[in-house]
Amino acid sequence: MTTSEYQEVFSGFRGTPGDLIPILQSLQQKQGYISQEAVREISRFLKVTENHIFGVASFYSQFRFTPPGRHSIKVCLGTACHVRGGQILLQTLERELAITTGQTTPDRRFDLQRVACLGCCALAPVVAVDNDIYSRVTVVRLTKMLSEYE
Amino acid sequence: MNSFQERKQAALQKWAELQQSEAAVIYVGTASCGRAAGAQAVLEAIRETVREHDLKARIIEVGCIGPCYLEPLVDIRLPGRPRMSHANVTPERARYLVKAYLTGDKPPVRMAVGYHGDDDPGFTENKPPFFDLPMLKPQVRVVLRNCGFIDPEDIDHYLANEGYEGILRAFAMGPESVIAEVREAGLRGRGGAGFPTYKKWEICRSAPGSTKYLICNADEGDPGAFMNRSLLEGDPHAVLEGMLIAAYAIGAAHGYIYIRAEYPLAVARLHKALGQMRACGLLGRNILGSGFDFDITIKEGAGAFVCGEETALIASLEGNRGMPRSRPPFPAVAGLHQSPTIINNVETLGTLPAILRKGAAWYRQFGVPGNYGTKTFSLVGKIRRTGLIEVPLGTPLRKIIFDIGGGTLKKFKAVQTGGPSGGCLSEEFLDMPVDYESLGAAGSIMGSGGLIVMDEDTCVVDVAHYFLDFTQKESCGKCSPCRIGTRHMVEILERITSGRGEPEDLARLQNLGETVKRTSLCGLGQTAPNPVLTTLRYFRPEYLLHVADKYCPATVCRDLLEYRVIPEKCTGCRLCIRACPTGAITGLKGEVHYLDPAKCIKCRSCYEICRFDAIAGDGILIRSGRRIADEQRA
Repeated sequence: MTTSEYQEVFSGFRGTPGDLIPILQSLQQKQGYISQEAVREISRFLKVTENHIFGVASFYSQFRFTPPGRHSIKVCLGTACHVRGGQILLQTLERELAITTGQTTPDRRFDLQRVACLGCCALAPVVAVDNDIYSRVTVVRLTKMLSEYE
Repeated sequence: MNSFQERKQAALQKWAELQQSEAAVIYVGTASCGRAAGAQAVLEAIRETVREHDLKARIIEVGCIGPCYLEPLVDIRLPGRPRMSHANVTPERARYLVKAYLTGDKPPVRMAVGYHGDDDPGFTENKPPFFDLPMLKPQVRVVLRNCGFIDPEDIDHYLANEGYEGILRAFAMGPESVIAEVREAGLRGRGGAGFPTYKKWEICRSAPGSTKYLICNADEGDPGAFMNRSLLEGDPHAVLEGMLIAAYAIGAAHGYIYIRAEYPLAVARLHKALGQMRACGLLGRNILGSGFDFDITIKEGAGAFVCGEETALIASLEGNRGMPRSRPPFPAVAGLHQSPTIINNVETLGTLPAILRKGAAWYRQFGVPGNYGTKTFSLVGKIRRTGLIEVPLGTPLRKIIFDIGGGTLKKFKAVQTGGPSGGCLSEEFLDMPVDYESLGAAGSIMGSGGLIVMDEDTCVVDVAHYFLDFTQKESCGKCSPCRIGTRHMVEILERITSGRGEPEDLARLQNLGETVKRTSLCGLGQTAPNPVLTTLRYFRPEYLLHVADKYCPATVCRDLLEYRVIPEKCTGCRLCIRACPTGAITGLKGEVHYLDPAKCIKCRSCYEICRFDAIAGDGILIRSGRRIADEQRA
């Protein structure tokens, strides 16, 4: 992103300390992750240290510091999904994609995350790929689901 | 007549026109849960069918009516007829239904599960009213009354259903009387702790300072709970009207909604609703000519469970790490930017319009003394009828689980109330009324309303481990009892579930749990040991089996079970051999297969293939050695 693109994002904010999290959110939405460069630019805009920004950003599970894959797989590990076998789905994905949770495949096709709850507990276990939510997922169905994403 | 009244009249007229519509009206439930079940594709199919055949129909997207197990729900109302509800609709079925209802001479009423509106004996055949279905009959809908009936994105629908009449009544009464009315109603915070709402308000109102804040806590972080999401998606204006009422009572000029970013649909609907409020003069300066100024900002949470705690939420709003601080001073005295701040839960706020509109006496007819009113719960887990429900406080657990939820598929074992901060209650508590005090006495909490039901195939040690692992990961790390204590407890539980537990571990867990509970700084740590302490208390024999016999009776703990082929049932279809990722199963077509336990990674693929594929039988079994021996003896 160029400096002027950063300025464009910042222009929606007044520059108060409370703007930090919303700024991080809009930058992540734009870039897919929080880059070192982004932290530097925010630091200049809000006049807070880069350490503080990293401190806040790393506290929240929403923010990532590495580029995401083309498709994001989120495995729900809420209570209902756990009771109905969500953990086994996560293990299967880790094995099939040969990455661990939080990583991106070398070809950038998928990244894998666990989420606490997608709020679709009645349809557990749930896996979300990008914005598609799959309900009552089984290990066998996973492979077929993933083949639909390039 | 002022412009708001004019708007209201117009809304009423619009609603009446819809009810008497000359064209058929098709209602599709497209809240997040409906979408997960495929409502989006169903909606698309309905639109296509209407277009293709050039039919006259109005399509309305509504929120969640509650019974998630029936999703996707499609309701069709022909002119002058009751609204017929169709459950588990697929796109193909939707096409058929729309065509048959709108063009056929005999609408396929027989396929419906129930109807809304007045009975029409010749038309509804013998279908029951929707609200007489076993899941819905024992329920009382106060907070959820509009969910599933109005278009949540249209303020006119809300206005036509007594919308914003509560705030008008509040303006007429004055702030003190509003607080008195809420006190009279006996409303207690629905976020979990059950603190009387009026008391918090009074403290804030009388606190010095002219700047006060109201925060709506929509950071619904409990895994297994989705009541707030459903309400915000299905009837956002009810919560927003509640915010107006609360802000007016405490004298706040600015409000925030702190909502999880994981709820994109709810966030979008709130943004839309705020715009509509502004256009109607319900936000901004001098609202409806009352002299009251108020505005609302939406802040999206960034994924931290601890931010459901009041002081952590405030820290997060201020742009810091969401860490709690010690209280007092309570946020009602010194909260956001050190100003008096009230944080109310979504459901508490959503209840306010009804209390103001209908009065405290009306509200007190629900519930039991000390616990008045209704409470929403999300009923999930190993239960037949899952979904969102609303019942009067004091309803026995048995009624909720068996009458409303239809019971468990296998034998009932336990119910977890209050999410990760709550406790696991055994069968003997089934007749206990669900109220704040009874749950507390049993070692659990009301929490925000997640009810997770478990049957005999759920291992309570594994569940305790799961919850503690969750709270341990979400611990902010500020105070050591929570940061280190929960970590140690998780390690002990890991040992037990993997068959390495020692007899002394149970006492260690108990001791650690009680210490963490007593000494942690905030609610997260103080309640984190509850799942462990309650399971130790009510399910001790199951812990002992794990520790002494290395046996998990529910066959859940992976290290304590193995996969086997049952020779009598194996059809030799080779499906499992193809599914196995490690080549642990071998065998020729038509012959009994062999599963090598040394190569098996217990991934469940073979089990699922074997269970769900037609040509295979139930040839693969997941069992612990002891259970197999027990069964052979029996």
